[in-house]
Amino acid sequence: MSKYAPQTGGNKPKQKISGLQSAKERFVKWLNGDFDSAVHIMETDETPYSNRKEIKESVAGIKSDLSSRDDVKRLIERERKSYYRLYSVVAIISAVLLIGVLLFVISYLPRYGKENPETTAVVARYITKGVEETGAVNVVAGMILDYRAFDTLGESHVLFTALVCVMILLRMDKKNRRTQFEDYYTTDLMQFHDISKESIMRCVGMILIPSIFLYGIYVLLNGQNGPGGGFSGGAVMGGGLIIFASAFGFGVTDRFFTRRLSNVITFVSLAFYSFAKGYVFFTGANGLDNHIPKGTPGAILSGGMILPLDIAVGLVVACTMFGFYSLFRRGNIGGD
Amino acid sequence: MSLETILRIILLVLLIVCAIGVNLTKTLLQAVIIFMAYSSIMCILWVLMESPDLAITEAAVGAGISGVLFLLTLRKIREEDNKDADQMSGPKKR
Repeated sequence: MSKYAPQTGGNKPKQKISGLQSAKERFVKWLNGDFDSAVHIMETDETPYSNRKEIKESVAGIKSDLSSRDDVKRLIERERKSYYRLYSVVAIISAVLLIGVLLFVISYLPRYGKENPETTAVVARYITKGVEETGAVNVVAGMILDYRAFDTLGESHVLFTALVCVMILLRMDKKNRRTQFEDYYTTDLMQFHDISKESIMRCVGMILIPSIFLYGIYVLLNGQNGPGGGFSGGAVMGGGLIIFASAFGFGVTDRFFTRRLSNVITFVSLAFYSFAKGYVFFTGANGLDNHIPKGTPGAILSGGMILPLDIAVGLVVACTMFGFYSLFRRGNIGGD
Repeated sequence: MSLETILRIILLVLLIVCAIGVNLTKTLLQAVIIFMAYSSIMCILWVLMESPDLAITEAAVGAGISGVLFLLTLRKIREEDNKDADQMSGPKKR
């Protein structure tokens, strides 16, 4: 009765609000994957699973009938032979072309161990004035985090994007687990091997993990003085986290490494890198003094912005590496 | 010919052998392991070419983390294969 009742004036704004709410609800549902926005727009009349068995059987019968005939067999054999012949010819031609192009390019390179006169102008500047201009004893760190810092900024954003893409593809939350009761972290690990009995992994891990972390932190903090820096130190620390998780189970790492922490660390590091480098670019381009002390070359606190930028890059890399491992292994970062 | 040159030649030959071997193996697990060996050899070569920065990164990323990710991908592929086989043969028993 209420359906056909004349609508009163007071009813209208209410309906508007409810319409808005339903739109929001639908959007949230669509975001969660519960709701198909094309469900009333694009529909097919095909009823699924109708006579599927019969169709399959008839197809299999026709196939077996066809493949038992001699002329069909000969035809298939001829087609396969010609396909393989064409494949090998195309493969050889493309390989020869690629080898030719590469050899042609190589002939323009300088000889192994000889100087390349066309590119030594920049190299000479880096070697002679690198320590003075960047404050870093390690010329490579001065190059990648001071002269070419924009490249490294792009690289760390590429890593972040890769982590986001892997998360989109592989992350399993409550909505897309295979069954309702499947807790991925327990079944996946306990079904195949009981991790609490892996005494060899645990013994080796107890000795290795602290030293790996110490080495990673050393490499990370010493980037401006010796070999290493943000990327390698972060990768070593990420590897240490991976060994930790595979030896002691994800329950131990979930206590401190959650998805929220990973997100916060990645965002803060990338934002800090962008703002710090933006400041340096702004002052450098406008001929201003950037007030960042370079320190004495060789000390830990030297190299101006290189040490903080190294730490930012290293944290992003460590989070990304462990995030990859965790997402590949069980479809989630942290236990939520 | 100095000792270092001989070592270098041996490593470069091993590098080429590994690069061809990855293509010629029948199973994917062997290919992954040979790929990790390739990265380890490349790491020593970076040290010989006096770029320890690259050597550390190659050892951590090439021989370590990318190998682990390849192995995990293989495991995921086998899980899916097993699931398909289970679905063909009937309900899964646990």
